[in-house]
Amino acid sequence: MTTWPILSVTTFLPLVGALIVYLSRGDDEAARRNSRWIALWTTLITFAVSVILVMRFDPSNPDFQFVEKANWLATGITYHMGVDGISLPLVILTTAVMPFCIVASWKAITNRVREYMMAFLILETLMIGTFSALDLVLFYLFFEGGLIPMFLIIGVWGGPRRVYASFKFFLYTLLGSVLMLLAIMALYWNGGTTDIPTLMHTAVPRSLQTWAWLAFFASFAVKMPMWPVHTWLPDAHVEAPTAGSVVLAAILLKMGGYGFLRFSLPMFPLASHDFAPLVFTLSAIAIIYTSLVALMQEDMKKLIAYSSVAHMGFVTMGIFAGTMQGVAGGVFQMISHGIVSGALFLCVGVVYDRLHTREIAAYGGLVNRMPLYAMTFMVFTMANVGLPGTSGFVGEFMTLLGTFKVSIPTAFFASFGVILSAAYALWLYRKVVFGALVKPQLASMKDLTLRECVILFPMIALTILFGVYPKPVLDMSAASVQQLVNNYNTAVTAVKAAALLQ
Amino acid sequence: MVQAIVFLPLLGAILAGLIALFGAHARNPSGDELDHHGGHGHGAHAHASDKINEDASVIHESHHDDAHDDHGHGPTEPPAAGSRAAELITTGLLFVSAALSWMTLVDVGFMHHDYRIQLLPWIFSGDLQVWWTLRVDTLTAVMLVVVTTVSSLVHLYSIGYMDEDPNRPRFFGYLSLFTFAMLMLVTADNLVQLFFGWEGVGLASYLLIGFWYQKPSANAAAIKAFVVNRVGDFGFALGIFAVFMLVGSTDFETIFHAAPGLTGKTINFLGWHADALTLTCLLLFMGAMGKSAQFLLHTWLPDAMEGPTPVSALIHAATMVTAGVFMVARLSPLFELAPNAQAVVMFFGATTAFFAATIGLVQNDIKRIVAYSTCSQLGYMFVAMGAGAYSVGMFHLFTHAFFKALLFLGSGSVIYAMHHEQDIRNMGGLWKKIPYTYAVMVVGTLALTGFPLTAGYFSKDAIIESAYASHNPFAVYGFLMTIIAAGLTSFYSWRLIFKTFHGEPHDEHHYDAAHEAPLWILIPIGVLAVGSFVAGLPFKELFAGHGVEEFFRESVKMNPHIIEEMHHIPQTIAFLPTVMMVLGFLVSYLFYIRRPYLPVELANTQPMLYQFLLNKWYFDELYDVIFVRPAKWIGYQLWKKGDGFIIDGFGPDGVSARVLDVTRNVVKIQTGYLYHYAFAMLIGAAGLITWFMFGFGGQ
Repeated sequence: MTTWPILSVTTFLPLVGALIVYLSRGDDEAARRNSRWIALWTTLITFAVSVILVMRFDPSNPDFQFVEKANWLATGITYHMGVDGISLPLVILTTAVMPFCIVASWKAITNRVREYMMAFLILETLMIGTFSALDLVLFYLFFEGGLIPMFLIIGVWGGPRRVYASFKFFLYTLLGSVLMLLAIMALYWNGGTTDIPTLMHTAVPRSLQTWAWLAFFASFAVKMPMWPVHTWLPDAHVEAPTAGSVVLAAILLKMGGYGFLRFSLPMFPLASHDFAPLVFTLSAIAIIYTSLVALMQEDMKKLIAYSSVAHMGFVTMGIFAGTMQGVAGGVFQMISHGIVSGALFLCVGVVYDRLHTREIAAYGGLVNRMPLYAMTFMVFTMANVGLPGTSGFVGEFMTLLGTFKVSIPTAFFASFGVILSAAYALWLYRKVVFGALVKPQLASMKDLTLRECVILFPMIALTILFGVYPKPVLDMSAASVQQLVNNYNTAVTAVKAAALLQ
Repeated sequence: MVQAIVFLPLLGAILAGLIALFGAHARNPSGDELDHHGGHGHGAHAHASDKINEDASVIHESHHDDAHDDHGHGPTEPPAAGSRAAELITTGLLFVSAALSWMTLVDVGFMHHDYRIQLLPWIFSGDLQVWWTLRVDTLTAVMLVVVTTVSSLVHLYSIGYMDEDPNRPRFFGYLSLFTFAMLMLVTADNLVQLFFGWEGVGLASYLLIGFWYQKPSANAAAIKAFVVNRVGDFGFALGIFAVFMLVGSTDFETIFHAAPGLTGKTINFLGWHADALTLTCLLLFMGAMGKSAQFLLHTWLPDAMEGPTPVSALIHAATMVTAGVFMVARLSPLFELAPNAQAVVMFFGATTAFFAATIGLVQNDIKRIVAYSTCSQLGYMFVAMGAGAYSVGMFHLFTHAFFKALLFLGSGSVIYAMHHEQDIRNMGGLWKKIPYTYAVMVVGTLALTGFPLTAGYFSKDAIIESAYASHNPFAVYGFLMTIIAAGLTSFYSWRLIFKTFHGEPHDEHHYDAAHEAPLWILIPIGVLAVGSFVAGLPFKELFAGHGVEEFFRESVKMNPHIIEEMHHIPQTIAFLPTVMMVLGFLVSYLFYIRRPYLPVELANTQPMLYQFLLNKWYFDELYDVIFVRPAKWIGYQLWKKGDGFIIDGFGPDGVSARVLDVTRNVVKIQTGYLYHYAFAMLIGAAGLITWFMFGFGGQ
């Protein structure tokens, strides 16, 4: 059907953009403006190309589509790309969020603009590559490569403690990845290939499953991040520039969940089943623990970062429930959280650009001066709380529903997140937006600019659209999720039946 | 037609919301200017300092008013542009919607044309298939009428009541948004859409309680309302999950169809092998308790009085708080199969009816008295639900909507007349000043206390009879509590009337300025006063007589014997509520007209009891100690100790610190002195030789 390698084009277009930015030398105002515009257009064109992907995508086909295969390193290690219903939404999320990130950095970034834009464009290539790679080595390359631009974004354009935060981020994630590399090697020796679709249909011995699962888990759990390896996230978010936070929350966090869906569940179903209680426990702890911590935060970004950890807890819980609603809800929750948390960080960025502080106590009564902002922030706060009618509800509801069937205690404890999220999110809103405007430094605050409206209003539209009509996303992933769940359950029941026979 | 009923208010909400947003945006321009000419900010600076002064005055004003004022804003702010347009659009649409609702009631209730309209697929995943659907049967039609009628009257009333407020478009937008959410709730055909409406009204309630966002107390009350409701929703959500696990669907028809087959099944819920239906009903009832402010989850309702008075009438008296009652009635096929859950429902209903009434005895804020009264009346409705007399509970819901909205709006008229004074100790003798308001308040009070032939007389007595007739384990308890509460209700209601309208004026300044409210306000309360009479007798047969089967048909599943048994209770029992009502009136008359010193003496001789009641049984304090503070403390500890000390301390920070320690010590070895190195080499060489000679090398 496809006559041109559309997926590779989507993946590597941003890299070409980065190259163009690199070639347009100079450090004066004109050069900065050029690099901004080049970056914006690159991301927009990339998004446009990815829309073609959606249009040509066949949602009823559960297998990989737009497959490209070329020889690469050795036998069994190939350049193999393709997307299915689980990865395509994440690819679209990536291409859709990037233009917003570029626009959000328009005024906020003034030094080393070229390098900044290049870092973002390279990061985009690596992120899309991660979601569309169908070879373990290729995946690993993209997955780990993404660390470098993010490390630079935090470390160069970040806040006062950026060096600490960027190293913490880097070391945490790298440590997990090293173990994953070992597991990839083990899989290669076991199956003779690193081709993901092949490996999905290769039975992995039980003992290897356990170890490989743990190794992958180490990497993805850090990325996710799951409790107790989440502490890098609040620091990274706080120090990162606004757009960095957005990418981090909207996309990088999803790599962990994607990894679970792509590797852990299909390749190691038995180990996944064995370890599901562990994941459930960690998820429930994450939801309650981080929600309680969020309740006490004094920094806006930190609060949202902790709430991200709680929301990712719903994702892991849903995925390892291994039920249709759980997994589909997990995918949906990732997309929804990508939009909502990204938008929340943008909202923080809006006031940070004006007052240069993220301290909650420094604000109060913004609604008196910024009615549009108040409305926008309210929508995303409610989506964060999981109010029905916003996209936040659908994901939370489905994951909980899917988990309840499998593990009532997990769903029970996770549901406490429903109460706690309301408490911290509304508290934040009240402290920042409501109240009388008494602080003199806030008196000259201005409402959203046109540029900010252009960023935030589409996200409001998406949040509400997916809350009322989530079908586009759910349908896109339904077939692939169904296949994944069926394979998982078949594998698990087969082993159970065998155990009964003995 | 049904679509119009539901979506016209949404249209109004969107239009009013847009007017509000554009107006607000015009007054507070965006930062575009600042953005482009950031360099030359002189003009901006002068402007800014202007704004500061202006703000300071606004703040000063609002602080000054806060003590008793309903309105948080100072008069300095001009009204938003398009206020009148927003008012007329929303109100007009609501009246259309109300007219259509009455037509629907006739169509559905008497012509037996039920509706079921699928609008849009919502959540589809595997066997989970949730549609946006409008379902109208008699139960829904009754609710449609209640919601749209009260809402349209409240809209009309608000045009007069809010005339000084600068943010009217926003207010009317919220009101219409609430109405839309409430209509989605009552027309739901599955549990998830019910939940949507449920949380939607919660959102609207949050926004309206916090409408005067400059008041800290209003913000606190708004958050409290939302979070306490979320505690209930926590149970509701789990209930939905349980239903889906048992039945594989969230559609009402499928659930009701499958319900009889679920008897005897058990669920292992946290180690407790619970009867599946009982557990499910209890979880769902937890949601109802939150929304309907039942005992233990009631604390938000009195605080919700921080919102403007029309909001209290609409949301916290007539409609939203009755959502819990509606939900139980809607799920009656489930509750009928779970007698243990019904027992719990009756227990909580009866407890609330009594408990809220006791608090109402001593409150001094006119709105809070009515709020506790609402809480107590909701308890009555749940008693009927527990008795299996769902239509009777719905009857009280129906009549209560009229007279309680009347009492709230009447109180609003009093507050308006008294220039936002809410403390009844500062009122008195007002009947001469505002006779019309006095008259309608008396009508409302008669209906609330169950004076013969008023609406409340029929519905409330029917509930007490149903409690007596039912075979619920808590039937006797329910009967006693509702009987006692009937006396208490009469007492506190008349106390309100006597202290407000009779006796000597206590605040001459306000008294002299008191005046009757404009027509915007008087018309709605007049209509509601008529409703407080008319809603009773003509509907008695349909809700609590032999017409129930015919009228409600499949929409509720009644206890098959309850209506019959209600009609055969002893005459003395049937007479008892009226006796209690008279008794309450007499005591109140004695206390506040004949011997006004008695209540003070009583309070002085029983200080413990008085304080206990005045402080609402100390529930707020209790919850603060056992929930709020521990949550904050734990949150803080987890953050500082858990994340900071343990995870980071032993994780990344600890590791990096150890690495640094090691390298620091390694650095120390590198002294740079040649003789140190020479010595080390010597020792090393000696060690190696020894090793080779005696150890490994020797073999």
